[in-house]
Amino acid sequence: MIDRHLRHVPRLGRYPSRFRLVGTPVVTVMLGSIATALPIIAQSPILPPFGLLLLLSWRLLRPELWRAWIALPLGLFDDMMSGQPIGSAMFLWTVTLIGIDSVEHRLVWRSYRQDWLIAAAAIIFCIAGGVFFARITGGANVRLLLVAPQMVWTVLLFPFVVRQCARIDRWRVMA
Amino acid sequence: MARPPSRRPGHNRKAQYSLFASYVVAVTGAAVGLLLVVVAIFDPTGFAAIRTVTAEVTRPVSAGLKNMVSGVSSIDEVLAAYWRAGSQNVALRRQVEADRNRIIEAKGIVQENMRLKKLLKLVDTDRSEVVAARLIASSATSTRRFARLNAGSWQGVRPGMPVRAAEGLIGRVHSVTPNTAEVVLLTDGSSIVPVRRANDNVPAISTGLADGSIEIRALAAGRNPFKPGDLLVTSGIGGVYQPNIPVAVVVRIAGEIAYGVPLANPARVDAVVVERAFEDAVTRPETAAPTPAPAAPPTAP
Repeated sequence: MIDRHLRHVPRLGRYPSRFRLVGTPVVTVMLGSIATALPIIAQSPILPPFGLLLLLSWRLLRPELWRAWIALPLGLFDDMMSGQPIGSAMFLWTVTLIGIDSVEHRLVWRSYRQDWLIAAAAIIFCIAGGVFFARITGGANVRLLLVAPQMVWTVLLFPFVVRQCARIDRWRVMA
Repeated sequence: MARPPSRRPGHNRKAQYSLFASYVVAVTGAAVGLLLVVVAIFDPTGFAAIRTVTAEVTRPVSAGLKNMVSGVSSIDEVLAAYWRAGSQNVALRRQVEADRNRIIEAKGIVQENMRLKKLLKLVDTDRSEVVAARLIASSATSTRRFARLNAGSWQGVRPGMPVRAAEGLIGRVHSVTPNTAEVVLLTDGSSIVPVRRANDNVPAISTGLADGSIEIRALAAGRNPFKPGDLLVTSGIGGVYQPNIPVAVVVRIAGEIAYGVPLANPARVDAVVVERAFEDAVTRPETAAPTPAPAAPPTAP
């Protein structure tokens, strides 16, 4: 009988399945998008965009994992769940990932704080862009002040989500 | 942490091409996304059919969770009610005494109304109810205010139908899938409802502000006729909403505009009722009145 604590330790000759390696990040981002299926009837945008948070976490945690195009299918799924016009997250998330790629070329040293800064900029860009797209496709002339609380606590939630992603990532790469 | 090296393919041609191709795909896809948004400007429900799958798949989850949490969401009200139980009881008793006479009067008026309508040979506007269902989820991350209804086209719900609760108007059906429907709430920016003041018929237009309140503009020129505390009900103009559904109460005045709060809180209401559009309900041919010629539809706002 192997010690219970050793269950998640890599063992010689065993590798995680391909689905676990590739599928786990995608599935977690999709689960983040599904957060809007929670039975909350909101009167204002209160829920942080968990799909975006998880996408950014995986991208900044594992830069080699995804190419920028991964944001297209994930963004389409998020649009299907979020009530934003279809194409909104597709565009914003892809532009965000391309932007992170270009920033990464220029930053020589990067640590946790720079990651948080990049994520904060990306979150503010995506939420503001979402407000703009909702406005031009028939929504109200919403002031950015309305989404300011959502922006703030999404940015503050980023470190926590990165932690959880790192935890899932440890499980992901260990057979 | 140093810069991750993997984005630099070096001299490997194949890796360079693969990286370049991935950017081509990403930029093209982003352009397609932008195009879809532009299409949505002109046709907001155009690609709503894509949402069918996700809406149907997540419906059981949302409905199940809704059943669990519906008791929890009102727990603060219950606790607050205990706090002032004694004085509230006295006040409520007095209120009931006062209301009893009003109810009797109202019943009389209803009777008289029915009689007058028969005299005018108006088709009875009752039985316009399609289905009663619950709101199970909403667009909580977006600035649009959509709620998902646990009933769809298989239950008879159609786009454009008004949705109301016992407390007041909730919104209008935006798009339907077989078992779910997206409801544009009263507070969404695209939700425009013709209203009137309940006691003296001052007409106005209510528009959502997307933050839980609505903006009310009087149709008549001149100074703003509203004051805080005014009750607004639907006027029936336009033929979508039945007349006399409670809509909102005015809370604040700012120049030409009055700000109101909806009377029915979608997060608190237990069940909502989907109704036929008012015009359909009035001019429906199968509820043939004794006379073959039904009344003229109350259109032309």
